[in-house]
Amino acid sequence: MNVHEYQAKELLRHYGVPVPAGAVAGKPEQVPVLAEKLGGRVVIKAQVHAGGRGKAGGVKLASNPEEALAHARGILGMRLVTPQTGAEGRLVRKVLVEAAVSIQKEFYLAALVDRESARPVIIACREGGMEIEAVAHSAPEKIAREVVDPLAGLQPFQARHVAAALGLEGEAAKAVFPLLTGLYRLLIEKDASQVEINPLVITAAGQLLAADAKINFDDNALFRHPDIARLRDLHEEQPLEVEASKYHLNYIRLHGEIGCMVNGAGLAMATMDVIQHCGGSPANFLDVGGGANAETVEQAFRIILKDKNVRAILINIFGGIVRCDRVASGVAEAARKVRVKLPVVVRLAGTNAEEGRKILDESGLSFLTAASLAEAAHKAVEAVKSL
Amino acid sequence: MSVLVGKQTRVLVQGITGKEGSFHAEQMIAYGTKVVAGVTPGKGGSEHLGVPIFNSVRDAVAKTRANASVIFVPPAFAADAILESIAAGVPLVVCITEGVPVLDMMRVKHALKNSASVLIGPNCPGIITPGECKIGIMPGFIHKKGKAGVVSRSGTLTYETVDQLTRAGIGETSCIGIGGDPIGGLSFLDAVKLFEKDKETKLLVLIGEIGGSKEEEAASYIKQHLKIPVIAFIAGRTAPPGRRMGHAGAIVSGGKGDAASKIAFLKRCGLKVVDTPSEIGEAALKLLKKKGH
Repeated sequence: MNVHEYQAKELLRHYGVPVPAGAVAGKPEQVPVLAEKLGGRVVIKAQVHAGGRGKAGGVKLASNPEEALAHARGILGMRLVTPQTGAEGRLVRKVLVEAAVSIQKEFYLAALVDRESARPVIIACREGGMEIEAVAHSAPEKIAREVVDPLAGLQPFQARHVAAALGLEGEAAKAVFPLLTGLYRLLIEKDASQVEINPLVITAAGQLLAADAKINFDDNALFRHPDIARLRDLHEEQPLEVEASKYHLNYIRLHGEIGCMVNGAGLAMATMDVIQHCGGSPANFLDVGGGANAETVEQAFRIILKDKNVRAILINIFGGIVRCDRVASGVAEAARKVRVKLPVVVRLAGTNAEEGRKILDESGLSFLTAASLAEAAHKAVEAVKSL
Repeated sequence: MSVLVGKQTRVLVQGITGKEGSFHAEQMIAYGTKVVAGVTPGKGGSEHLGVPIFNSVRDAVAKTRANASVIFVPPAFAADAILESIAAGVPLVVCITEGVPVLDMMRVKHALKNSASVLIGPNCPGIITPGECKIGIMPGFIHKKGKAGVVSRSGTLTYETVDQLTRAGIGETSCIGIGGDPIGGLSFLDAVKLFEKDKETKLLVLIGEIGGSKEEEAASYIKQHLKIPVIAFIAGRTAPPGRRMGHAGAIVSGGKGDAASKIAFLKRCGLKVVDTPSEIGEAALKLLKKKGH
């Protein structure tokens, strides 16, 4: 789960990581008062879950409260289009109003759980404000990694390593350990997967500040952090994905023409891949899970059909504990109820696959059946072509 | 021959009285697996499915000499259940539970290092040696004793693979579902090393997916050490970057772990990478023929 910048900064502040003074506003009228309080010179930042806001016009500097109001009017309510939002963009509902700081230098700093070492890792880079992936690619030697022993925790020597990697000296170098301690505690205590400060800045006055922040939380651990779960903003998620999650369907919308309904995440991914391999394009990832029944199949149909790009549907079920005859009855029932008019290719394998196919054949509905995944994908691609 | 489990395996089920645990314990018993104990705290002394129930793994091991454990407890309690089996010295722990927090697994991983236990999972279908022992949730009937070892991060995609190997008349020695989480127990490399020692395994099938670099780690070892042919499939070519594709670990992040780079790496290491899972059976037959099996 992702949170907004203003929420991430509140958490950082709580953990003792210095952030610029600021407050969030949902209405332009609130902004001049906030700007006044913050000293007049402020930055207005659009709050959406996407990077690249600055270049897209979602971050503006104002030298007085009147200018702040004008910027807030322009940003609030705009559809911000960045490389991460897609062409439709994101509606800006909130802005963060922050005291402007004079920046001496920008760095990159992050704490994350590294899957390869199965340990927490601190990542620091002298070059901040840019994509860390780009630096990792072009100049990996500029990136310092400190692997933390989960039992011992973060050590002062590791903060000294990070300070050295960032080229910090004196008071600024000394400030690194308390800052990193806060960052590390936030990662561990709130079950974050990654806490990223990009950029971490050193101000003209020599203070370290988190000028931007991004936190990603482990969805599987939200059950023990109701305070974090409350920060979820459904406006930032794809509406169909939010709806699917209500029915415990794992759905991710893509941009193709063939809607997919599969049991199991790996098989669902493979189904999408095979569609592309056969010259088609998948409209979605959809895992109906281990307990596929008439109701989940019906909801899956409804969600797939709400995507207007979909021109054919491919259902791929490998029956194990789930019996294919039951799934087939569910598919026939749901197709009748939802009145599916698009071509539907069904591939059933595993437990009671034969019985399942018979049910589909005798349903009076025009399903296309296939024996293998490759055959099913071919048929779906052909069906789209012949429309 | 087989890896990790066989006729000698004596299984205890953690969470046997729950809905999932109960259903799958029954299926395992029906397959012929020796299920010798169940553990549900507070229900010790009773019986379920004809299996004695104990309050702790320690008690169950002491009384029944169980040498493997399978876990069907909810995600919030899964790490505790794994650690309990490790502490009781259970040599093989299989965790089926999906949705275990990553930091819990980080701590479990630490505990595993100083133990004699092997963990499979979490978020996995389990392990099976056809005709001998099934520990997990896979449909037993699609498996057949044979020559191919299977190791996979996925569930149903594994069944797809096994189905083809069985239909092609090749069959399987053992099949291990290592699970779809970012931090888990047995890795691809660990599994490859186990199959390497098994004389009956004449071919290995590796089913990977996007995210992480465990497939590459195994491929480097295969290139240097393995004498038997290896077929691989990597799921997720069409997965958009930054999105978790069902499995918690199936995510391309920071420009790493994408399917194209994995496939290229595996090919460079001499693995036969197939474009669709439907080709696995045929590819396996060809490679075995080449080797004279």
